[in-house]
Amino acid sequence: MSALPGATRSGTLVPRAIRSSTLLRSLLLVVVAGLVLLVVSDQLSAYRDLQLAAGAYYFCVLAGLTVLAGSSGQISLGHGALMAVGAYTVGKLANVGWAVVPELAAGTAATLIIGIPLGIAASRLRGPYLAGATLAFAVGLPALADRFPTFLGGENGLTINPPTPPASLGANFPLERWEAWIACAGAVIVLFVFYNLGRSGVGRALRAVRDDEIAASLGGLRIGRWQTLAFSLSAAAAGLGGGLLAVVTQTIAPGAFPLQLSLSLLAGVVIGGLGSLMGAVWGAILLVFLPNWTNDAANSFSLSSNVSHNLPLAVYGVVLIGAMLVWPSGIQGALRAIWRRAATALGTGGGQTPARTPGDGGTAITVDAPPRTPAAEEPTPEAGAQAPSER
Amino acid sequence: MTKFIDLTLNGISTGAIYAAVALALVLIWRSTRIVNFAQGAMLMFTTFIASGVIDGGGSYVLGFAVALASGFVLGAVVERVLVRPVEGAPQLNAVILTLGLYTLLVALAGMIWGNTPRSFPAAFSLRGYRVGGTTLLFTPNDTFTVLVVLAVAALLALLFRRTTLGLRMRAAAFAPEVARLLGVRVGRMLTLGWALAAVTGALAGVLVAPSVFVGPNNFDPILISGFVAAVIGGLDSPPGAVIGGLLLGLALSYVSGYEGSALVPLAALVILMIVLMIRPTGLFAATRERRV
Amino acid sequence: MEPTVLKIEELTTDYGPIRAVDHVSLEVPEGSVTAVLGANGAGKTSLLRSITGLVRPTSGHVRVEGEDITRWPVEEIVRFGVAHVPEGRGVIAELTVQENLRLGGLWRGREAMPLREIYELFPRLEERAGQPASRLSGGERQMLSIGRALVGRPRALLLDEPSLGLAPVLVAQIMSLVRRLTDTLGLAVLLVEQNARSALSIANRGVVLNLGRVVAEQDPQKLAADDSLLHAYLGF
Repeated sequence: MSALPGATRSGTLVPRAIRSSTLLRSLLLVVVAGLVLLVVSDQLSAYRDLQLAAGAYYFCVLAGLTVLAGSSGQISLGHGALMAVGAYTVGKLANVGWAVVPELAAGTAATLIIGIPLGIAASRLRGPYLAGATLAFAVGLPALADRFPTFLGGENGLTINPPTPPASLGANFPLERWEAWIACAGAVIVLFVFYNLGRSGVGRALRAVRDDEIAASLGGLRIGRWQTLAFSLSAAAAGLGGGLLAVVTQTIAPGAFPLQLSLSLLAGVVIGGLGSLMGAVWGAILLVFLPNWTNDAANSFSLSSNVSHNLPLAVYGVVLIGAMLVWPSGIQGALRAIWRRAATALGTGGGQTPARTPGDGGTAITVDAPPRTPAAEEPTPEAGAQAPSER
Repeated sequence: MTKFIDLTLNGISTGAIYAAVALALVLIWRSTRIVNFAQGAMLMFTTFIASGVIDGGGSYVLGFAVALASGFVLGAVVERVLVRPVEGAPQLNAVILTLGLYTLLVALAGMIWGNTPRSFPAAFSLRGYRVGGTTLLFTPNDTFTVLVVLAVAALLALLFRRTTLGLRMRAAAFAPEVARLLGVRVGRMLTLGWALAAVTGALAGVLVAPSVFVGPNNFDPILISGFVAAVIGGLDSPPGAVIGGLLLGLALSYVSGYEGSALVPLAALVILMIVLMIRPTGLFAATRERRV
Repeated sequence: MEPTVLKIEELTTDYGPIRAVDHVSLEVPEGSVTAVLGANGAGKTSLLRSITGLVRPTSGHVRVEGEDITRWPVEEIVRFGVAHVPEGRGVIAELTVQENLRLGGLWRGREAMPLREIYELFPRLEERAGQPASRLSGGERQMLSIGRALVGRPRALLLDEPSLGLAPVLVAQIMSLVRRLTDTLGLAVLLVEQNARSALSIANRGVVLNLGRVVAEQDPQKLAADDSLLHAYLGF
């Protein structure tokens, strides 16, 4: 792994070996995150542990989605449906006696497999076409449960046996904490994979594709392959998230995976900042806590049930619109901008770290990232006529 | 055999609806190079307004007119306020923005009118025509639907091809910078384009409401089908939208009849993928392929 | 001395850190042609785009018959009587020749030049009136874009490299046509060209730009004869 420009930011506090190897850094990150989660989950009540678990499985999906959107510029509305694939796979396997880890692996694998042809299709589609296709997928897939009611449980869905904590943890080990551990383990694995992906050659290839497809293909990159890979990996992450959702909530029904879910996922990645793994954390927090906050708001303002029921969705809508109009790089981007300004004000840090340092995969990649010359957007009949070049 | 005829006739009437939605999408695409994913939600909203008018005692005609008028206003406001800032930006921004608008409109509709779908009256009789001894699955209301959609398509074609306003709108759509240099107030033309598209969508909403019922999410399949129809015909081509709509209506009608209605959205997806793989610019690619 | 139609004062335009137009001042009187010369990247196109408002100038003023139009929207500047034939002609390929022409005068309404007169100037266009503009050759497109600009009866006409891609015979035709129109219609013409000699042959004034700045302003005959200057700034 090459030495990364981002490394200068951390100054001399972090040892050289850690700075220069992505693998080591990600391992360290993962270990630290894992320990933190372990400690935190111990302190939490059962209810909070469930929320932690929910945050973890949302993070899995959001991480995949944000990498897809931010790194290769692809928008998918189908990740809710992909979660359903993972969830139903895990559900069917759990009910025939599979253990937690194998069934989760199988759920992830199943979604990965489905993700490949989808990814191939996705790689051929640009922006709105991909969004439209995944939209159709999101609306169409859950309907399959109605078509095959006996196998998939129809409208009522499947109930899943809860995972039992291993005996070594003691007889009174709370189920919720065990579920939180499982979910967090999944999240940490996803973090590891995507952190490395972002900073590797693959990540650079994806960003090259996102920034300028034509240049990338001229430069020898097989665009189709990279986009398929990005899509498949993000699908797998969504499948894992869905599988974890099944394990934690123990019921899955078509009603749990409506189009709204995919839209809320999109809002989650947008608010966090497209392409940013840290942003995925913000998004997960939003998705977990928003229903509670809106409920509380509804109660304290005595809002009607119609209003309170739809309030989370309205917030997602406002987030999506607001982000595009006002705040394209999301929370993480805003934080990063503040950090940068503070750093330059203090005269420390990497100085002019631009918003999109290549290799610095964690940067919130602004949605309006590739500054295409205005000319490219104008459908002028005469080629090359309107470029703002000096003549 | 009667089943086949029934399905064909049904396909024509649903196809007319898809054609109208596709036409709205094409109008917006041609003028601003944006796929308006909020189109379904916008027409849902205007249909709710019409439903409110009718439930409050207004006549069908009044409700119809209110739907169209509110569509015009909604389309104009959305373009001017929300879409204008992202018109020059990369595609991704517009996609996310329209999706956000879709989400917000669905939520607002739920807040204002509740999530329980309600019925909507039809303009004409819903009893099928009797031919010989059998009753067809085609009603006077369906005839009305098809005729209205065709009439609107024809009116729009006339507007664009034969009027100076249409000339300005086409210029603003094809070459906005050059159009500015010719004194065309491009911004206003784009707003007008969205307004007209929204009217067309509102029309589709009112026409299809009796069969799908009026609820925040009840029009989602219509949007998807409209999108697929627009892609089939070519996003640049209004006649393509109409023909694409009819073809898709037929295809999905057969799927629904022989395989069950649950599979319709997936069938639409499959058709979409086939078209995009084989002929991405659509059957009637009117102009040179732009950056699709 | 003819009245000044177009007056540019200390016009400066920046594209981010790049200064494309650097304190340019020019005056174009009625019924005259001012040739603006320079090599690639000298700022000629940026100058025109700054005048018509396609690009916002950073500072300076543009006045048309005394009116300060510097920060007006493009459409309003055009409707005030400034016609701009852009680089590459800007013919709208999807529309017919006739539709392109009509477009030029829509904002003028009744007072626009009747198409009949344009067709008298450009018979070739009449032959192709109903055809899509995409079918036209380069020379025909140039005629179309000039004709289209004239339909609106402008007071000032900005031409961006009309000779680009055209055979010398056509270039000569177009230049003499521009001269004729300037005289008969009393236009104030700002003619941007890389083809210095053909531009200078019809110009009343010659201006040379380099790096966005005016580096020479002279009688066209003197400029045309000044080989060393032309060589230094235009490369031949």
